[in-house]
Formats: sequence, structure tokens, C-alpha cells
Amino acid sequence: MTTTSETPAGFEPLLRVSGLRTWYAIRQGLLRKTVGHVQAATDVGFEIAPGETLALVGESGCGKSTVGRSILRLESPQEGEVVFEGKDLLSLDEAALRLARQRVQIVFQDPMASLDPRMRIRDQIAEGMQSFGIGADEKERTERVASLLARVQLDPAAMDRYPHEFSGGQRQRICIARALAVEPRLIVCDESVSALDVSIQAQILNLLRELQDELGLSYLFITHDLSVVKYLAHQVAVMYLGEIVEQGPTDRIFEAPAHPYTQGLLAAIPSIDPDRRGGSPPVLGDVPSPSDPPAGCHFHTRCNRVMDRCRAEAPPLVPLEGGASRCFLSSGEG
Amino acid sequence: MSALLEVRDLRTAFPSASGLLPVVDGVSFDLNRGEVLALVGESGSGKSMSALSTMRLVPKPGRVTEGSVRLDGTELLSLPVTDMRKIRGGRMSMIFQEPMTCLNPVVRVGEQVIEAIQLHEDVSTADARERTRELFVEVGIPDPEARLDAHPHQLSGGLKQRVMIAMALSTRPEILIADEPTTALDVTVQAQILALLRDLQRNRNAAILLITHDLGIVNELADRVAVMYAGRLVEVADRRSLLSDPRHPYTQGLLRSIPALATPGEALPEIPGVVPSPDQWPAGCRFSTRCSKRIERCDTVFPHESSPGEGRRVWCHVEDGEGA
Repeated sequence: MTTTSETPAGFEPLLRVSGLRTWYAIRQGLLRKTVGHVQAATDVGFEIAPGETLALVGESGCGKSTVGRSILRLESPQEGEVVFEGKDLLSLDEAALRLARQRVQIVFQDPMASLDPRMRIRDQIAEGMQSFGIGADEKERTERVASLLARVQLDPAAMDRYPHEFSGGQRQRICIARALAVEPRLIVCDESVSALDVSIQAQILNLLRELQDELGLSYLFITHDLSVVKYLAHQVAVMYLGEIVEQGPTDRIFEAPAHPYTQGLLAAIPSIDPDRRGGSPPVLGDVPSPSDPPAGCHFHTRCNRVMDRCRAEAPPLVPLEGGASRCFLSSGEG
Repeated sequence: MSALLEVRDLRTAFPSASGLLPVVDGVSFDLNRGEVLALVGESGSGKSMSALSTMRLVPKPGRVTEGSVRLDGTELLSLPVTDMRKIRGGRMSMIFQEPMTCLNPVVRVGEQVIEAIQLHEDVSTADARERTRELFVEVGIPDPEARLDAHPHQLSGGLKQRVMIAMALSTRPEILIADEPTTALDVTVQAQILALLRDLQRNRNAAILLITHDLGIVNELADRVAVMYAGRLVEVADRRSLLSDPRHPYTQGLLRSIPALATPGEALPEIPGVVPSPDQWPAGCRFSTRCSKRIERCDTVFPHESSPGEGRRVWCHVEDGEGA
């Protein structure tokens, strides 16, 4: 299932995900019998145009990271298509997948966990180049490492240092340089700025946007923080308990959110306007377990506009002007 | 009338190969009865260590090296350990970012709160249990009777946070120290916990020392704000003045770099560079290495306190008129 594309006519999307389902089996007992499933992602679909950013947002357990990892086949989706540059990544064999991975990179939240503490950063950045045959020899690769470090605003002279000699923000710059080294078209940013202090976060957000403008990169930007989304994303998809509940252009999502969950999520962001404070919490209760999502609309247990129908029947994703919303109210059936 | 908690020239340091490294370096503030004071800063600012220092909970081998912390006139830093233990979890209590830092995973949550009550008061288990149930109602735990017998892992993150708040309130503290109490929570649950803290503070007239990095949370909860940078205060003001008319270049930079306020299509205003580590603190103003308004004097002379208005304090040569 795909929804209205914002891609201009004549342009193929760089990435088209459709009908993606990734469930994790819950096994128990001596025989490891499957007793249920964590329904991490169900019927997820979206498109990303060349040079654009789609933000995938939601709270913990909504499945946003699973979707990011499924695209790179770091998870094994049971159903769906992930068409990147015309090829379905989910049906590629190992050799073809390896080649495709040059074009899709990922940057995680915690750079310390994704950098090798015992390797000089120059070797970590050059590693991918070597395996994809970028740079003729050692000298050329070293030059490229230097220019990549300069590009992410680090001192090229620091290339012989180890990860622990850098601050958190600098380490994230190293991860970005490493991703850029293999000339990707798409970078999956999984909470890449979430652990950073606000002044450092602004630096990394600016860097990501400059790189997009220069290199025509696309980003799948996975985050729980909607305030970051507004700055970086062209399109937004909001997930709740494994499903996309709303998607559309960033401006429309922020100005006229259609789904009650999106409305609640936006209203819950603490404002820094001194005249605005003390509102009552817009969404009550906790997120239910993704291994046993509520029947009908998954959000009905927390929705302030719930109707009888929502408890029994799952609403479809209905197209609306500028995107889609998974709510009976959006289809005029309220 | 004097403040409920008076902190004066507080200094806390950790030993290192090159001698004692300060993390809190001469911090003074008052916490008044029934008010919410936010200590704001980025990582490494010393905000959490300042709060832990007031409770004498600095993790070893760190220690408070100088200063004074007075609760209602009583000096806490020189109090015998047994007396301090009564104050901690009694007149002053603390809630943390991660509830599991103070919940025991193998003991039912009700028992843990009952135990906390009986540690400070001579009450029967039945009475303590009834009070725990009332506390669970007060902090908005649904189905409180059943939740008393739950183990921590059976509760969601938001519910665990509520249990920890109930435990912190169990001895009717006058001061609640809340260290990033909502940072680990989802935004919809965060909004619920912020509303709860606001209600509790109003109903109980408790003072809250709120430690946070998030100016949105400051706006939601604080009456006054103290901004810290590299172990020092840089600005103190009431919430409205600080957010609408920040005077220190660091506070101004922090507010501007919030992405939600960015002008579409324009780069986010950045604060260049990184927070210096304690062994690299500049001799003069700690912020001088990153400040866009820096003048020569800032490199060498630490700015003294000036007051740009009623109840406001700022430490900046430029703001003080010396840059003009």
C-alpha cells in the first residue's frame, strides 16, 4: 500500500517502501514455541524523493527503528517491498545486497557503540571505501579521509586519534564522515541527534542540511523529537504501535494535524513561550504493549475522540489533501 | 524571611592525576518555600552535581570542598551522618531520571514505599500501607490497590516514575529535588508527569529544585531559573524574564538554537565549539571560548555578579556595560 506521493511528476522516488511487515516471534519454554508476536511494523509504506528528508516519528515501541533497520535488512521483514533505485532490497541475494548497502548508510544515536574503540578513526572511515573500491590506493584514501573530516568540520590532523579522544558531538561527526565515505544516496539517521546537548544538536542538524544541499542526499530521519523534525524534514510519517497513523508534508502536519494522536503528540511538546504553560496533558495513559495492541484502532485506548466503532474496527489509511490519516474521522465517517 | 535552602559558594571536586578537578566551582542560590527553581545547563555544567552536593550525595571519590548549604538555618555540610540521613528522604527527597536507580527490582513496589515511611516514622504496617495507597491515588496510579503488590518490571516507565514520586513524597518533604525527572519518558507521558509535579507542588506547597537541560520543561514548571555553564552560574532570573529577555550570551544562544524556533530555510543559530572539560576551563569567563560577544577582558578576568533588574543576576562583562 502506498499513499499519495509528493514526488514531482517525472521523478522516481529514491526509496519506495510498501506493505512492510516486521514482527518478532516471542518464544517460550524448552521447545522455544512461538507464543505470540511483537508487532513492530505492520503495513508500513512511504516514499522518499531524491534530495529530500522523511521524518519517521513516534514514541518508544512504535516500531520506527524497526522500519529503519528493516530497510537495510538488519531485520528480516516477513512481507513488503523496499524498492531503492528501482531494485527491491528485500529480494536481493547477499552479493547484490552488499553492493546496495554502499548506497544506503545508517547513523545511530550512540556513536560510541558504533565506532570501534581500538581503531584509529582514519581506518574506520577508510574501511568502507576499501571494500567498495573507492580510492585507488592508500594515499588517495588518506586524502579522502582528510577532506571528509574537514567537510564535517573536524581537524584532518586528528585522523590518527581514537574515538575516546573526541566529544559526543565530534564522534557523531566521525560517524557521518564514515557514512559519507562510500558515497551513499540515502542515510538512515536513527535518533542521530537525540543524545546531544541542544547547542551541539544545532551544529549537527545544520551539518546534515548542508550536506543534503551539496550532495543531494536523502534522509530517513527517525526520531521521537518533533521539534527537530520541523527544521529538517520535508515529509513526516507518524507511527503508533507498528502502524503509520498519519503522513504528509511537514508544514501541513504541524499546522493542521489530522489524526488525534498527531494532535496529541504536538500538543505534548513543552512550549518555551512564557505566555503558554500549564495546559492539561493532551494524551492520557501509557503506550500499550506492541505484543498485544488494542483491537480496532490501536490508539482508541488513549484517544479523546474515541467512538464505538474505533474499538471494534481498524480504520484504513485514508488519503487526504497532503498525505493520509488512519482515522475514521478523517474519512468523514465520524 | 530567609530562604528555605541557602546555598553559598558551593565547590565540589573530583581527584584526578593532575590534582582536584572542580565540577561545581562557587555556586550560590536560594530556594524559597513553595517555589520551583530550575537549575539549567548542558552536560558537564555541574547542575546535577550541585543538587547532589546539597544532599551530600556526591558519588565518591568526589566531595564538597567548600561552601555552605543551610536548610532553615541548619548547616547541612557539617551535620553528623545520622542526622543527615534523617533529613535525606525526610525533609528533603529526590527523584531521578531513571526510576530503577531507587526501586528494588525484586521487592513489590507497595512494600518499598511502606518501608520508606516506616524508616522515618513509627507507624504500623497497616497504617503505612493505607498511606501508600493514598499516595498512589495522589500521583495518579490507576487501580492502586492492585499496583501495591506489583513488581517494578510489571509497570510501564510512566507508572514506575509515579511510584518513585510517591516514595519521594511519603515523608512529606519540604524540598523535592527532581533530576531530569521526565528525560527518559515519551513526550505524551512527560506531559502527564509535568502536570502531576505542578499539582503536587501547588497542593503540598513543596519547594522543587528541578534539574533539567530542557527550556520547555523550565517554562512548564519553574518559577525561577538558574543557568549553569562549566561549573558556574551565568544567569539567574524569574522564568518569564529569562525566556523573553535573556541577558547572558550563553542563555541567548541556548534559546536561539532550539530547532522548533528556527526560521524555515535558514540555518539554526549555533553556539560554536564544545563545553570545555574542567581541566580546560578558561581563566576568565568560562564561556569566553564560545561567545560571540567576547571582549579582551573576558579571556582573563572572571566577570563579577551584576543585577540588571529586580531579582536578576548575571555574570558577564558585556552585559555589565564594560563592553560598550
